[in-house]
Amino acid sequence: MSAVIEARSVHFHYTPGVPVLTGVTLSLGPGATAIIGQNGAGKSTFVRLLNGLLKPVSGSILVNGADTRSLTVASLARTVGLVFQNPSDQLFKSRVIDEVTFGPLNLGFSREEAEERAREALAQVGLHGVETRNPYDLGLAERKLVTIASVLAMGTSALIFDEPTIAQDYAGVRRLGKIVDELTAAGRTVIVISHDMDFVARHCHRVVVFSRGRVLADGDAASVFSRPDILQQAALEAPQIARLAHALSMDQTPLTPEQFVDLVRRRLSGSS
Amino acid sequence: MAVVEVENLRYRYPRQTTLALDGVSFTAEPGEFVGIVGPNLSGKSTLCHALIGLVPHFYKGAIGGRVVVAGLDVHQTPVAEMSRRVGLVFQNPFTQITGAKLTVYEEVAFGLEYTGAPREEMAPRIEEALRLLGLWELRDRSPFALSGGQMQRLAIASVLAMRPQVLVLDEPTSQLDPAGTREVFDAAATLCRQGITVIMAEHKIELLAEHADRLLVLHQGRLVADGTPRDILTRAASRELPGEPAPAPPVTQAAASLDWRMPGGGFPVTLAEAVAVGRPIVERHSGVDSR
Repeated sequence: MSAVIEARSVHFHYTPGVPVLTGVTLSLGPGATAIIGQNGAGKSTFVRLLNGLLKPVSGSILVNGADTRSLTVASLARTVGLVFQNPSDQLFKSRVIDEVTFGPLNLGFSREEAEERAREALAQVGLHGVETRNPYDLGLAERKLVTIASVLAMGTSALIFDEPTIAQDYAGVRRLGKIVDELTAAGRTVIVISHDMDFVARHCHRVVVFSRGRVLADGDAASVFSRPDILQQAALEAPQIARLAHALSMDQTPLTPEQFVDLVRRRLSGSS
Repeated sequence: MAVVEVENLRYRYPRQTTLALDGVSFTAEPGEFVGIVGPNLSGKSTLCHALIGLVPHFYKGAIGGRVVVAGLDVHQTPVAEMSRRVGLVFQNPFTQITGAKLTVYEEVAFGLEYTGAPREEMAPRIEEALRLLGLWELRDRSPFALSGGQMQRLAIASVLAMRPQVLVLDEPTSQLDPAGTREVFDAAATLCRQGITVIMAEHKIELLAEHADRLLVLHQGRLVADGTPRDILTRAASRELPGEPAPAPPVTQAAASLDWRMPGGGFPVTLAEAVAVGRPIVERHSGVDSR
């Protein structure tokens, strides 16, 4: 499996003497990878390096084999789409449809094609009838969905979602989960930063734990969530259902209530 | 005696045809922790704003029914007067922090200065609020040098210094990390023990299940359920609530599938309860484990 994005001992600071990333080495390829960690762990900074908004102070980031230092943000945007944590950092058009067509237009699509893609993306995130609204007249949850649609409309091979589930309700979270699953199934590289451990457990097969600017753990979701010691170091907790299994001394780490129910049933029927 | 009384509240925003709130009635007692759950646009924020009078005084629109908080009829009382009795904390602490003050201490003083509190009362009230929220040691910091959880606690301290009887929090943790989220819930629980009524709209059902005394469920502007977390979440896990207003916590969903019930009825709603109910069942079968 060839990595789409490769970080090689990346160091970064905004202010000299205040390190934010201290030697991150990570290969990111097709599938959904979650990056979890406390606020201030360096997660958002790291993903801004992946689409070239920031450049490493030392070390390097390779996207499809090319060093981000040699690429412009505009050319990187064809490969790596980034949904910011805070929609206000991303939204700048006065109509939703202009916001969502902006990316595809810049990629060289005709207006018709761009609008077609924009409408598909808006439907995918579950936004209807908002095309001519000003994004800033929408609530935070809907504003966030507009930024997600803007990136989906570009059809990049790698997509980064920084806290996609913020302010979303149950239906919104489920819809976003479906989008991550579909992108994964289509072989795209999906990177999700999230504090929502249930979302991570259900939709991301790989989990990378950031703490104080470095990678503290990296593995499949079940193995990372079976290590309360490591999670505690990063001020995190495993999903509630994994903690229940752990407290009941079960020998596997379930990622969803359904998996937990299966484990218990197998154990009760004596077939484990 | 109830400190919040909402009776058949109906409200429509200007230029809208549908009601944002449609016949909502409930009461809350001093020291009670009431969670409001429901999908986005179900009326959670509108209800929060109605408790301090922003609905209807600021947003205008058409209103019916009665809202009495701390003995004042909200529809007849200016928001400035209400804000001495009711504190409202918004989703994003950045929108609440004034940005005009250099220290945490001055930030909390701002509201008091603004409402003309007597000078000799200010210092003790500021100190009390900062200590209750665990911010006293950080009083000389800049508000913008705080973590998200600390900043949201500062927003709470600022309204707390006004000594409200009711604290209304509108999705206060949606922008916080797990540690910051816990800080805010723990702070809210502390305030309840002081006799302050906390009303919190939130999506984080695991934490509401742990801390709230009661949950109100909104669906399309209507109050469709009002009960203890156990009552509401047992119904949610059994799919007995309209729409998808309140997903039950993962442990409750699992317990419902396995029919693990509490001794007094209903499903466990917290991790500790699920462990207590599940342990004897799982251990009875531990003989099959090779370990």
